[in-house]
Amino acid sequence: MVYILEERQKQVSVAGMNERTIDCNKASLAGSVSQRACVFCGSRVVLYPIADALHLIHGPIGCAAYTWDIRGSLSSGPELHRLSFCTDLQERDVIFGGENKLYGSLIELIDKHLPKAAFVYTTCIVGVIGDDVERICRRVEKEKGIPVIPVQAPGFQGSKKDGYRVACESIFKLVGTKNRPVPAKSINILGDFNLAGELWLLLEYYKKMGVHVNATITGDGRVDDICNAHNAALNVVQCSGSMSYLANMMKDDYDIPFVRVSYFGIEDMSDALYDVARFFKDEEMMEKARQLVKEEFARVMPQLTWYKERLQGKKAAIYVGGAFKAISLVKALRLIGVQTVIVGSQTGTTEDYELIKRLCDEETIIVDDSNPVELSHFVKEKRADIFIGGVKERPIAHKIGLGFCDHNHERKEPLAGYEGMINFAKEIYATAMSPVWRFTRE
Amino acid sequence: MLLRHTTALEIDRKALTINPAKTCQPIGAMYAALGIHGCLPHSHGSQGCCAYHRSALSRHFREPVMAATSSFSEGSSVFGGSANLVAALETIFTVYKPEVVAVHTTCLSETIGDDLTQIISKAVDDGVVPEGKQVIYCNTPSYVGTHVTGYSNQVAAMVKSFSTTTPKKRNVVNLVAGWMEPSDMREIKRLASVMEARTIMFPDMTDVLDTPLNGQYNMYPDGGTTISDLIATGDSKFTLGLGQYCTEDACIKLENKCRVKFETLDIPIGFKATDRFLMSLSRHANVPIPDSLSDERGRLIDLIADSSKYLYGKRVALWGDPDTLIPLTEFLVSMDMRPVYIVTGTPGKLFTERMQEILNNIPEAKYMCGDTADMFRMHQWIKQEGVDLLIGNTYGKYIARDENIPFVRFGFPIADRYGHNYFPKTGYNGAANILIQLLNAFLDHKDRTCPEEKVEWQM
Repeated sequence: MVYILEERQKQVSVAGMNERTIDCNKASLAGSVSQRACVFCGSRVVLYPIADALHLIHGPIGCAAYTWDIRGSLSSGPELHRLSFCTDLQERDVIFGGENKLYGSLIELIDKHLPKAAFVYTTCIVGVIGDDVERICRRVEKEKGIPVIPVQAPGFQGSKKDGYRVACESIFKLVGTKNRPVPAKSINILGDFNLAGELWLLLEYYKKMGVHVNATITGDGRVDDICNAHNAALNVVQCSGSMSYLANMMKDDYDIPFVRVSYFGIEDMSDALYDVARFFKDEEMMEKARQLVKEEFARVMPQLTWYKERLQGKKAAIYVGGAFKAISLVKALRLIGVQTVIVGSQTGTTEDYELIKRLCDEETIIVDDSNPVELSHFVKEKRADIFIGGVKERPIAHKIGLGFCDHNHERKEPLAGYEGMINFAKEIYATAMSPVWRFTRE
Repeated sequence: MLLRHTTALEIDRKALTINPAKTCQPIGAMYAALGIHGCLPHSHGSQGCCAYHRSALSRHFREPVMAATSSFSEGSSVFGGSANLVAALETIFTVYKPEVVAVHTTCLSETIGDDLTQIISKAVDDGVVPEGKQVIYCNTPSYVGTHVTGYSNQVAAMVKSFSTTTPKKRNVVNLVAGWMEPSDMREIKRLASVMEARTIMFPDMTDVLDTPLNGQYNMYPDGGTTISDLIATGDSKFTLGLGQYCTEDACIKLENKCRVKFETLDIPIGFKATDRFLMSLSRHANVPIPDSLSDERGRLIDLIADSSKYLYGKRVALWGDPDTLIPLTEFLVSMDMRPVYIVTGTPGKLFTERMQEILNNIPEAKYMCGDTADMFRMHQWIKQEGVDLLIGNTYGKYIARDENIPFVRFGFPIADRYGHNYFPKTGYNGAANILIQLLNAFLDHKDRTCPEEKVEWQM
């Protein structure tokens, strides 16, 4: 594998071939064409779906422009989160400080939009010029009577994953600040961002089981619900990379246990429902869950079988942000007859990668923090037919003549839940079988 | 209502941008650098910047966009990014093997005070840059100017680093391309070749960001201005800068460095700007304008005449970058339309001066550039008095839907429609393409929304 940078050799592994654990959680090598983003990006994508909060970016315009409505996190009510607010720092602010500008902007915006809370994101440059954002936030909080939370996210302080932690800390400041009565059997959903309305499918399932959903963090999120999140009995955590921090903090401070789940694929989705019923030790709830799974299974399996028969023998490469999602994808692909030959993630942990190794077929390539050169070699070597990734991978996959499925910000149909599995199968089928590839391969 | 928060009443905003009609410098530098053959752009800052710019460019062009980053850490922000940049150059030349690395800075590396001149010359002395390979650089602090400024700085850096004068002048005209689509550049090169004018275009993103799909992935596609051509720009006899905001700086530098005289023109959008471009090219390349191009013009004029009843008096709102907004507004006015609201986040006097002149007979027109000239303000204006058509990048779609106004995509970024990197907007054919899109938007809207008894077969 000569195309792998020497320093990166340990971040690549092959299932069944070597015992060495994968090196991960490392900063990207300077000069590599990394697919990773920064702390700010991580905090922004996690907090962004809170729809009735004000999200103000304290920095130059770019940080605001690139995170303006980039993720289809849907709201059933307010749409304030879809606007882009920025202090738009200029040279004079960098020299004299941007505190006054920040204060003025916050006051103007809060007066105009009456949000339930405000998040103030600090960017690289604010970290360097030393604006006292905490102080301004405290002052505005006092004057306006709503929580004003500094999100300390200078980009250089780490990778996207570190941004998730910053976001969780910011959310945690809200938790426990309001008390509303909550039914005994209630959960919070952590780590679903309601892309393409996926959260709404989950709410429907839990409702059928008789489970009350207290707060959704952060998909279709509301400030008051988050303030009251500590009154739920259980945290159900998806996308563990981004939300484990919050779940752990809530466990330590409020004694709320959590379960890790995934909503992708029939198997994992069903486990997510059973795990909740099991937690409440409620036989009636469990029975309802079984019934639901049975009905959904009967409904979707014939369709999935149709796809499986046709997709049998196709090979997929996966390169996504979080490793937990990759694990679900391997299983979901298997269900429709597709073999995974490459698995990569931007932010996986050693444990994640060990799990992937055990789950995957022998000779599957497993890689941390990859780059386009490596990825394009891997897919050729492994003769993949389909690539599953995000915005930066799509055009490369297409150039090589591979089908592509966006399992990231740009998904347009829900891919979670039972309904989502059908959408997923359909999308994989459409792209893998598209006649266009017949016109390109020599 | 996606933009239910917009009120017609304008508030006095001192320190706040809402829904920007601009973005920051580095992305412009990255885009321009892709117009050099075999070039890997390099972002000297946190890795998020690089990821954002690549994603934004990828979403717009639907093409792979490669760029490296210095991946700043907490340490580099304290001790400076010099070590990161040197390490980055080593990695890049070992693994990615580009001909040129085009380094641009970010707000972070600018604020901590990294001196690129010194870092790069030391890297060259230490043998980090292999024989025959080049490292060029420009300063693009995100808190000064906009993406347009970044583009301009990168193009100027090409002149500074490459253009060389020798005693032998060549009968060649330099075409410095402002921020436009690769398809627009392709059309301009076609016009020049139909005229048999000898030209060097730089930067040139054709065959870089509109490559054919053939089952191969090339990190460095076939297109882009070659180093030898960039060097040769110093021996050309004249330079035409297309789009003053993006190219004037490069033109001035080239004149100072190599004594190549220049003229800046509008990007040839619309027939008047195209006329001016062709006449200027004809004069400086000393070639006639062939009949075939007069015929292209004639067919465009015929199209305008045929459809003029749908154009007269239509109120239009536009946003984007000054270099394209200026000729586009002129084109609309020349077809008897009324561009009434125009905003660009990019500051500069020229925009105001040119708009004043172009919109002389449209007293109700409002236009604004720079701070707080953003999409929120645009929407407030539209709420005060509506328009018939919107022209601009994808960020107008919320207004289009909320206010039910026909909308034609134009500019950067376009993330929700196809074809902008396929059909040009420049030249007479490009103008026809724009006009057809406007007409289709109006007529589709009319067919869909007019009372049933008013639906007509012929329009």
